Amino acid sequence: MSAQAIEPSRSDEPFLGEQFENRDQQDEAYTVGMWTFLATEVMFFGALFLSYTLYRSLHPEVFRAAHHYLSVPMGTINTAVLLTSSFTMALAVRASQLRQRRVVMLFLAVTSVLALAFLVIKGFEWSHEFEERHLPGPTFQFSEHQPPGATVTTAEAGRVGAVLPGDVPQIFFVLYFAMTGLHAIHVIVGILVMWGLIALLAADSPLVRYYMPTEMAGLYWHFVDIVWIFLYPLFYLIPR
Amino acid sequence: MAQPDERTNYLNWSHTVKSWLLTTDHKRIAILYMVSITVMFALGGLAAAVIRMALVVPQDTLIRHETYNKMFSMHGVIMVFLFLVPSIPAVLGNFLLPLMVGARDLAFPRLNLLSWYLYIIGGLCVVGAMLAGGVDTGWTFYTPYSSIYSNSHVTLTIVGVFIAGFSSIATGINFIVTTHKMRAPGLTWFRLPLFVWSLYATSIIFVLGTPVVAITLALVVAERVVHLGVFDPALGGDPILFQHLFWFYSHPAVYIMVLPSMGVVSELVPCFSRKRAFGYPFIAFSSLAIAVLGFLVWGHHMFVSGQAVWTGMVFSFLSFLIAVPSAIKVFNWTATMYKGRIWFTAPMLYALGFIGLFTVGGLTGLFLAALTVDVHVHDTYFVIAHFHYIMVGGAIMGYMGGIHFWWPKMTGRLYPEGWAKLAAGITFIGFNLTFFPQFLLGLQGMPRRYHWYPPEWQSLNVLSSAGASILAVGYAIPLTYLIWSLWYGAKAGKNPWGAVGLEWTTTSPPPTHNFPRTPVVTWEAYDYRDEEPPTEEEREPVSVPAGGER
Ligand code: HEM
Ligand SMILES: [Cu+2]
Repeated sequence: MSAQAIEPSRSDEPFLGEQFENRDQQDEAYTVGMWTFLATEVMFFGALFLSYTLYRSLHPEVFRAAHHYLSVPMGTINTAVLLTSSFTMALAVRASQLRQRRVVMLFLAVTSVLALAFLVIKGFEWSHEFEERHLPGPTFQFSEHQPPGATVTTAEAGRVGAVLPGDVPQIFFVLYFAMTGLHAIHVIVGILVMWGLIALLAADSPLVRYYMPTEMAGLYWHFVDIVWIFLYPLFYLIPR
Repeated sequence: MAQPDERTNYLNWSHTVKSWLLTTDHKRIAILYMVSITVMFALGGLAAAVIRMALVVPQDTLIRHETYNKMFSMHGVIMVFLFLVPSIPAVLGNFLLPLMVGARDLAFPRLNLLSWYLYIIGGLCVVGAMLAGGVDTGWTFYTPYSSIYSNSHVTLTIVGVFIAGFSSIATGINFIVTTHKMRAPGLTWFRLPLFVWSLYATSIIFVLGTPVVAITLALVVAERVVHLGVFDPALGGDPILFQHLFWFYSHPAVYIMVLPSMGVVSELVPCFSRKRAFGYPFIAFSSLAIAVLGFLVWGHHMFVSGQAVWTGMVFSFLSFLIAVPSAIKVFNWTATMYKGRIWFTAPMLYALGFIGLFTVGGLTGLFLAALTVDVHVHDTYFVIAHFHYIMVGGAIMGYMGGIHFWWPKMTGRLYPEGWAKLAAGITFIGFNLTFFPQFLLGLQGMPRRYHWYPPEWQSLNVLSSAGASILAVGYAIPLTYLIWSLWYGAKAGKNPWGAVGLEWTTTSPPPTHNFPRTPVVTWEAYDYRDEEPPTEEEREPVSVPAGGER
């Protein structure tokens, strides 16, 4: 902060909050604030990742048997969709730094469509699990027979047979629904943020006449993406 | 009401309800918080009164066991989540942080207002659950009782705590960013008031701890409502995992409650000893050390939960370790007073009360941290006494001290000093009478959370209940005269205490944007030069004693 900063000329910066001295201070405050928020988010998911680690180490055979019911192709497609959306988000941020309003809107729209596609695919996966009665609760069922593609050694199968008939496989699906569900909530919030930005940009609002709002949305979106990068191997790619 | 010739300030520029409910001014939000947590304190206190009345006799004459369980749960939930956690940060912190760093407001004023609304919504859920019939799990919500067996209003209560948690997170983010990015020119980290350091440490816990308890409680609700039973043993889950996750937040949360109080005491002691704070960097870094170490000791709540002995030993050792930074603070405050010109005002009495009671609380914490002792006194009244010495004796004493100290700044009025000293004394006596007998009861083995006890423990219980009524008087008196002072108190000048710190350089009450020009700081913190305290005349008119204007 320099001495001149004390008497800012604000007229040309309508988006400068009145608590701030100047643009730099506001930008840095946004950035530190967003990163702090993401630290919160890491801890929010962290408790679930801890539960996952614990239960997988307690019931490794259950996790291995249950994960066969998730569709690896669907998960992989979704990973690709989400990664692409991160890329288009990065392009949106770049365009906003270059003050290309329409390009920003375009890429935000593309990103939100990809995010929707992710949710739709996820929805198909979930409804499949519902049909298979894998939703935890009184209706839960878990057939002992291995779905195609499962290669369980005889020794392992013996153990699996010993454990699976109980309710224990539910724990895998409990974590699956809790973690992908929480992630999906974050995706929905992301979509709403993008639409909000698009609306503001369409109205050419002074709030989005500079790049920070888009950049912050981008940071958040990359975080959502990274969470999925962890969820995908943990649920779909358990070594057989 | 505003006099026409009076300067406009943050209180009197508008009197409409809307100007309060939609304010983004950190000072007004602080006042909103102050009013709301006072209501919560009264509700929690009411429950405490019922508990203490029921415990006067060994059997149930007044209330039956279901009601008793609901009373201590209501007491704990309200006092912890809706009073103590937000108390100093959301009231004094909100009011003072921007003033202390020479800023016009917090970094995110609208987020700040949002945090108050989240707090109110959370509070309404909790109170609603109480009115609908209450909750009986205790404030700790241990599974599987809370997730499977309890028939009380666990879900609504947890939803309330969950939402209130996000108000803490919002406050934490705001404070961290403000401390990093909004400091006035020249205000380096080591020129910051120690209160700011303690708020910063508290915010770290807000940001890293609260989300963990939020998701944990959300999982309990998920288990109750949609059978996502992460903690259900029938599904291969582990109910003890809940305790780990809960205490991973809730031990640091006890430091959320006491760190800000320590910060207040670090302001009061130098001011009323007219001396520079002794060992400034040690006090500052001990706050951070407490915030970090606080995350590593949760297992001391679970010594008898079946955790491995080795785990217990590590947690025991770490718990001893965390006493070191707390002790450093106590030694530094004492050294600050040594050879100082001690000025016994009401805030100073509260500060002294804090130091004494916190020391007792901390030392008994060491008893509990010793594995073998804890096996004996775990879940007895010894634990109750321990944490009340810290949370009531420490945290609330600090809050009261701070409220008195900054009252002239917040309201522009002085409180009546004589009454205030009397109340501080009554609080101290009432407090000790209430909780010291509980140490003895605990050592004799009286378990917590039961309302029946063998008749031979009656006399100590009666003593404790009598103390509680004295304590209640000690809180009622300040409530009365502080409200009275809003209209009839003498007008306060800019700096009635002759204190240093940026908040004392602006008018009382401050204008909406705090400072007419952004201050430039060229002096160190606690630049007290052994001056005489300001005289009676100097305190009242709008004069500026030495040390105030620079
Ligand atoms: C000076 C360092 C401290 C140590 C070593 C310590 C140690 C302990 C231990 C070992 C327990 C568990 C006792 C049991 O359940 O058997 C305990 C309980 C507790 N302590 Fe501390 N404590 C310390 C400071 C604090 C502070 C600063 C606070 C609050 C501001 C606090 C609040 C509590 C609470 C609330 C409980 C009881 C929780 C419950 O069981 O419901 N402690 N403490
Ligand atoms: Cu603890």
